Amino acid sequence: MEANTRSTGRLPAAFLTPGSSSFMDFLSEHQPELLPGKRQLPPVQGVVEAPHGTTIVAVTFRGGVILAGDRRATMGNMIAQRDIEKVFPADEYSAVGIAGTAGLAVEMVKLFQLELEHFEKVEGAQLSLEGKANRLSTMIRSNLGMAMQGLAVVPLFAGFDVDRAKGRIFSYDVTGGRSEEQNFAAVGSGSIFARGAMKKLYHADLSESEATTLVVQALYDAADDDSATGGPDVARRIYPIVTVITDEGFRRLTDVESAEIARSVLEKRLEQPDGPRAALL
Amino acid sequence: MSTPFYVSPQQAMADRAEYARKGIARGRSLVVLQYADGIVFVGENPSRALHKFSEIYDRIGFAAAGKYNEYENLRIGGVRYADLRGYTYDRDDVTARGLANVYAQTLGTIFSSTAEKPYEVELVVAEVGETVEGDQIYRLPHDGSIVDEHGSVAVGGNAELISNYLDQRHQDGMSLSEALQLAVQALSREANGTQREIPAERLEVAVLDRTRPQQRKFKRIVGPQLSRLLEAGGPATEAESAEDAGDAGDGE
Repeated sequence: MEANTRSTGRLPAAFLTPGSSSFMDFLSEHQPELLPGKRQLPPVQGVVEAPHGTTIVAVTFRGGVILAGDRRATMGNMIAQRDIEKVFPADEYSAVGIAGTAGLAVEMVKLFQLELEHFEKVEGAQLSLEGKANRLSTMIRSNLGMAMQGLAVVPLFAGFDVDRAKGRIFSYDVTGGRSEEQNFAAVGSGSIFARGAMKKLYHADLSESEATTLVVQALYDAADDDSATGGPDVARRIYPIVTVITDEGFRRLTDVESAEIARSVLEKRLEQPDGPRAALL
Repeated sequence: MSTPFYVSPQQAMADRAEYARKGIARGRSLVVLQYADGIVFVGENPSRALHKFSEIYDRIGFAAAGKYNEYENLRIGGVRYADLRGYTYDRDDVTARGLANVYAQTLGTIFSSTAEKPYEVELVVAEVGETVEGDQIYRLPHDGSIVDEHGSVAVGGNAELISNYLDQRHQDGMSLSEALQLAVQALSREANGTQREIPAERLEVAVLDRTRPQQRKFKRIVGPQLSRLLEAGGPATEAESAEDAGDAGDGE
């Protein structure tokens, strides 16, 4: 069928046919070739080399949830990009961070944002947070073919659940398996180290400013032990992306705010390279 | 077998236009006005759920008078058009002008095809710019023509009366509260020169606010915020309504 996004002719019949509120359903009927999951895959030998995003961390706090990511993308042992953005707003009350093949992940996020926005505009109401998380699961599942060729995308989804009035975190595996995480979570190559740091620093009564410091500490520890994760780059003024989602919606910390947290963490690490210590017992 | 009567094309079109206009006139009118920080949509709508105004894309809003199922169909078509275009190219490539053209073609084709009944709808597509000069408002009547409007526009059954009233009083750089109050005054005017009261809970109000930090500029105004805006500048409103009463008398 003719796409008709270029000409200014009449809207094609498919546009005016009553159907579902999902943009992905509309695309799969009208222009399936635009859907990432419907792509014909060429036969490949070995693993395709493409830039990879690395560490994303999330933590809940009293008023909501924080999602943050480092800025490094790597291709093999090379640093492909020093200032990549891996944390994006999904809509007003949720955000998604991506680890894995950067190109595919960014495309997936773009489609995911559109899916939520399209539903909201057509229905006049937002999807529930569970609904959003499930939608993302479907999208990852449709990427399984490429994941088998080494082009996996593993997102971390966080949002403020307006109905339950609290922040929630969802993690995924490459098959689209979805699980809700309690308190904190991390994905990507540096996630093991970040999770260790968060485990020691997390407590149930964190304030927003404590929680933003906690994620920067965790990212520092990930960068400390994982070569694919980038630490705060003081010389180039590249600092982690930290986003806060509360009942007031999504907010990304400004560069100045995130620089300030990163610098105070760095300063302490000059005295104490392993960072803050938890009590032994 | 009976021979069909000959109907001249002029007559056929005039009949179709009259049919559509009558359908549109059955619904309540609505207005779209420019104000200092954007564009405001105001209409009388007893329903909380079935909207006359909605968001099409980041800076583009949609308003419609007439038959609900028909304009809802066009609205969803527009959302699909905008989302697909933004996904294929870039968010900046979705424009009110492009959307208005597509609507005009769609309405025009339906209007001139004898196989289909004409749509009983009148649409407004508005885009808020970075500055007042960048604002665009297009009015699309049932026949697929397209009118580039400035300042204020009214559509629906009572549109002529309301837009005359607005033309005389609308000024550039009005505050949201002033524009909203003017819109409500315009909508409360009846064809016989009398005024009715439209309570706040029967009003549907939405804005495209260029000062919103989010990429998406469309916002519904409801509840306390709406009452606050309607009440702001009390004395000025009184003076204005006294003047209105005089005008109404003159008009008759």
